Amino acid sequence: MKLRRDLAIIADWIAPQSRILDLGCGEGELLAYLRAEKEVQGYGVEIEEDRVVAAIRRGIPVIQQDLDQGLKNFADLSVDTVVLSLTLQATNFPLQLLQEMLRVGREVIVTFPNMGHWHARWQLGVLGKMPTTDALPHTWYDTPNIHLCTIRDFEQLCADNGIVIHQRVVLNDRRHSTWRNRLLPNLFGEVALYRCALGAR
Amino acid sequence: MPAQIPADSVGLVIPQTAAFPGDLQLECGRSLPGYTLVYETYGVLNKDRSNAILLCHALSGDHHAAGYHQLEDRKPGWWEHLLGPGKAMDTKQFFFVCANFIGSCKGSTGPASINPETGSPWGLDFPMVTVRDWVKTQADLADYLDIAQWAAVIGGSLGGMQVMQWSMDYPERLRNAVVIAAAPKLTAQNIAFNEVCRQAIMTDPDFHNGRYYAHDTKPRRGLSLARMIGHITYLSDDAMRSKFGRETRGGKAFSFGFDVDFEVESYLRYQGSSFVERFDANSYLYITKALDYFDPASAYGGNLAEAFTPIQAAYLVISFSSDWRFSPERSREIVQALYTCNRDVSYAEIESTHGHDSFLMPIPQYVAVLRTYLQRVAEEIGL
Repeated sequence: MKLRRDLAIIADWIAPQSRILDLGCGEGELLAYLRAEKEVQGYGVEIEEDRVVAAIRRGIPVIQQDLDQGLKNFADLSVDTVVLSLTLQATNFPLQLLQEMLRVGREVIVTFPNMGHWHARWQLGVLGKMPTTDALPHTWYDTPNIHLCTIRDFEQLCADNGIVIHQRVVLNDRRHSTWRNRLLPNLFGEVALYRCALGAR
Repeated sequence: MPAQIPADSVGLVIPQTAAFPGDLQLECGRSLPGYTLVYETYGVLNKDRSNAILLCHALSGDHHAAGYHQLEDRKPGWWEHLLGPGKAMDTKQFFFVCANFIGSCKGSTGPASINPETGSPWGLDFPMVTVRDWVKTQADLADYLDIAQWAAVIGGSLGGMQVMQWSMDYPERLRNAVVIAAAPKLTAQNIAFNEVCRQAIMTDPDFHNGRYYAHDTKPRRGLSLARMIGHITYLSDDAMRSKFGRETRGGKAFSFGFDVDFEVESYLRYQGSSFVERFDANSYLYITKALDYFDPASAYGGNLAEAFTPIQAAYLVISFSSDWRFSPERSREIVQALYTCNRDVSYAEIESTHGHDSFLMPIPQYVAVLRTYLQRVAEEIGL
């Protein structure tokens, strides 16, 4: 089973036999992999009808639910890890959702497309148009992505809210981690992956 | 009557009967001196008897889930849209069993049956039966059919309550539980509707305290009213608006009297009066009481997750957006409890305007979810 690069990094971060929640699980690729390879017990959460059916086809327990309605049906610390993969920017209340994730899981894994990427900066700063990139292919008037941020923005949000970053990986447009990404992540990183937890419980 | 039986129907089916002569100890403390179940089967049981699925029916349902009893039948079984060769519940893959529960009036032992002690119909002397009792009798039927484990138990509404009870009482006897448009217990509002229905029946002068059989009559007005009330709650506001609006019957002007003016009145009266012909008022009383009593969490201080602890089956829970009698919120309670006790559960909330009755309809997303889940079940048992 071969996973997309960003999902493979997430999978690496998840402990075998742990219990996870994958928010915006799509067709359940990550969970299918984790259940098969790491005996992880997990649930997907997804709103889109076809994806719910696709996840069921994969044999993934999937709960159809709107993340903007919160996670109140999931009890405090009821899973080890809550994953939110490339979905944060499409939610109505990103901070509330993050806080909810930190309530439900001991650890959270968040990934998002970085608006600070040079290509996006070029389009907005020089060409004067809203950026469209590989990771953000939508036009401004027809996009699910309503809360875009940069790597710097996200880390500021964590600092302001007592969220401790345990690990960060930044990938370029080919989903690789190169020396340029590591040196100037906010300029060369297209997708950012974070592993975080609450500072002091 | 269909001109010919459609290719995707199970076709003609013959109800079967199983008699269980021993005493049946009931949850209410009383017992039944033996009982009979009427049931139907669809599809073929495989050699290792692993492809059997039990279907649990709802309040006014029965054992006739699909197909026709005779070519003259005006309507097929109640789950015809979803059950048949190549349908979401595929009779080419699975062997389906649907039994009429006791207390009903469709052939299984109920208040209209003869009480062997008196030689006359039980009436209100029939003992109170519960969801748990029904599941017990269905387990007897599984033994009788030599089915050690169901590939799945599936039910909608009150049927969904039986599915939950199955997974708690006989955890090792089902691999999957499919609970559709159900609730872990009725709300006060739901019990209130049931009580109004029961009062309509019991205050009918023809009720004779349940002994109307001896008077060669039945509480027609009461039962008809009960059905009319029930029917309103099974539809949504939107469904009624789009089906009837304020259309008058035949487009006529107002009569300025109390006869039928509006289409919706005509429809409800028809629903009420046709129900009287096919349903027994006493059964309606017993079954609504069983609905009211169902509350597995009550023995655990209201903690549903604790009640669910014995469960081994994987769950699929389905609700419908416009269902206000058994709303999505209630299904989410089931999902939450299963999540809490670490069981595999999938949940689909289907967009629909048909209200509670949605579970009987071939809504594409509903069909896709159910079909896909059962395909998965088939793969897991190697069909």
